[in-house]
Amino acid sequence: MGTTAKIAASVIGVIFVLSVFASFLIPWDPDAINLDAIRQPPSMTHPLGTDNKGRDILSRALAGGRISIGISVFAAIISMLAGLSVGLVSGYYGGAADTVLMALVDLILAFPSLILAIGISVLLPPGMYTVVIAIASVGWVSFARLVRGHVLSLKEAPYVEAAKAIGCGDIRILIVHILPQCIPLAFVMAGMKLGGYILTEAALGFLGLGVQPPTATWGSMISANRAFINSSPWMVLPPGALIAVTALCFNLIGDSLRDGFDAARDKLRYF
Amino acid sequence: MPPLLLGITLITFSLTKALPGDPVYSMVGERSNPEIIEKIRRQIGSDKDILSQYAGYLTLLAKGELGRSYFTNRRVAEDLLIKAPQTFRLACMAMAIAVPCGLLLGLAAALSRRRAVDRAISALSICGLSLPVFWSGLILMFVLSLKMKLLPPSGTGGLRYLLLPAMTLSLPALATLARVTRVSVLDIRDMPFIRTARAKGLGDMKIVVVHILRNVLIPVVTVIGLDFGSYLSGAVLTETIFGWDGIGRFAMEGIIKRDYPVIMGCILISTISFVLINMIVDVVYQYLDPRMRRLGNDR
Repeated sequence: MGTTAKIAASVIGVIFVLSVFASFLIPWDPDAINLDAIRQPPSMTHPLGTDNKGRDILSRALAGGRISIGISVFAAIISMLAGLSVGLVSGYYGGAADTVLMALVDLILAFPSLILAIGISVLLPPGMYTVVIAIASVGWVSFARLVRGHVLSLKEAPYVEAAKAIGCGDIRILIVHILPQCIPLAFVMAGMKLGGYILTEAALGFLGLGVQPPTATWGSMISANRAFINSSPWMVLPPGALIAVTALCFNLIGDSLRDGFDAARDKLRYF
Repeated sequence: MPPLLLGITLITFSLTKALPGDPVYSMVGERSNPEIIEKIRRQIGSDKDILSQYAGYLTLLAKGELGRSYFTNRRVAEDLLIKAPQTFRLACMAMAIAVPCGLLLGLAAALSRRRAVDRAISALSICGLSLPVFWSGLILMFVLSLKMKLLPPSGTGGLRYLLLPAMTLSLPALATLARVTRVSVLDIRDMPFIRTARAKGLGDMKIVVVHILRNVLIPVVTVIGLDFGSYLSGAVLTETIFGWDGIGRFAMEGIIKRDYPVIMGCILISTISFVLINMIVDVVYQYLDPRMRRLGNDR
């Protein structure tokens, strides 16, 4: 991992730790309404000011970070697990299962990803799990396709042939011999996708399809406060800056992982 | 192509079936006479099995019928026809900004002799990819129209209204294009045919324009096709911020009011245009890359 990626990882770490321990660090409750202190510019008491209900922007932004980063990482894990399973089965067994699964993958890739995520999240009751499901049900396809391609080439490798020759069963070959080779690739993909998941989560929050108010998320803070941008820009700047910085750091980590891993460099170069 | 379209309608149909609430209740109210509910079920066919319902859905789609909005009772298809050209204008303007800028930045990054230029452009492009459009749009609006009073902050209209949303929409696409162009130029730069061109005495300019640019266009066209999809997604956010009266804002209004026919209509239209654009990209390939003309049928 290069220096840039290390710095990026530390920045995300700091943001996440700050948001988890926000309630110990900042005296303000992120959801407490205080009508005596509405739309106050940044000051010593409220370092980033307050919104139009008198809630402290800093504590809300940090509380939002916990949700946004949590959802994105959770969605990445689910996408990775689903993509790995589908990719392994599809690539190793081939045949009808492969045809059907890859047709589904192509179908989902035919949708603009945010549009499909919107379609799925309007169906379910709004909340954290809905966002995770919406992101993951679009996200798994990239993992599945990547892993399948890798499995196709691994399947022909001499060591797999050797394992077959000494009588290993399919399941054993898949789990013991092929899966460990795919996991690093899946992690690289996860690193590259996380930045996008942060943006998707924020976009769903902005559209009102994310975790519902009064709980703060970065996306919903921006949509709730955007009407005040002219008079009170401090209400909109911090959550957006945090989205951008977090997404940037994940993207930097993803790039560095890709460049450091030969198999991924070939397969993911244009991303 | 037809199987793909069929698949897309299958997904939108499943989404529609999975929607919360029973359409019959929303037509007659929940406290109606059970006989009347049964009669309406038979009339609209929701008592039939799922396959014939899907067949019915397809026939309606083939007739261009996307249902009526729950709130305005207007035909969704008609509204979409009115709004689509606005989104198309916005997407074209965004392309007109993103493509030349992205190509130039990518070329500059790959070909510049100074490492700092490459580094700066790469850093800028990864930042562009990480910006949420609904936030960068607000910042642009704040700086360019509210503070500097150069452009109107929102509304639908001529070029002056078009610029801000188009700039916002073009940012991520510009960044992707710059990245892809840079990587492909770096690939091609070291190929033997470039060395040959240099050896026979061609000037730098000619090598870039005739030999490199032409080969770079293939991955770049792919990205342009994919980016069009991101325009359609991004339009939901950008149009909302700038009050641009296109499909995106229509979808957003639908989402807020949970006006399901509107949402589903927008999803269907966006996806079909996305697929069509990628199909056009496949055709463009064959012009750009003679190898594809031969291999075209195997792919």
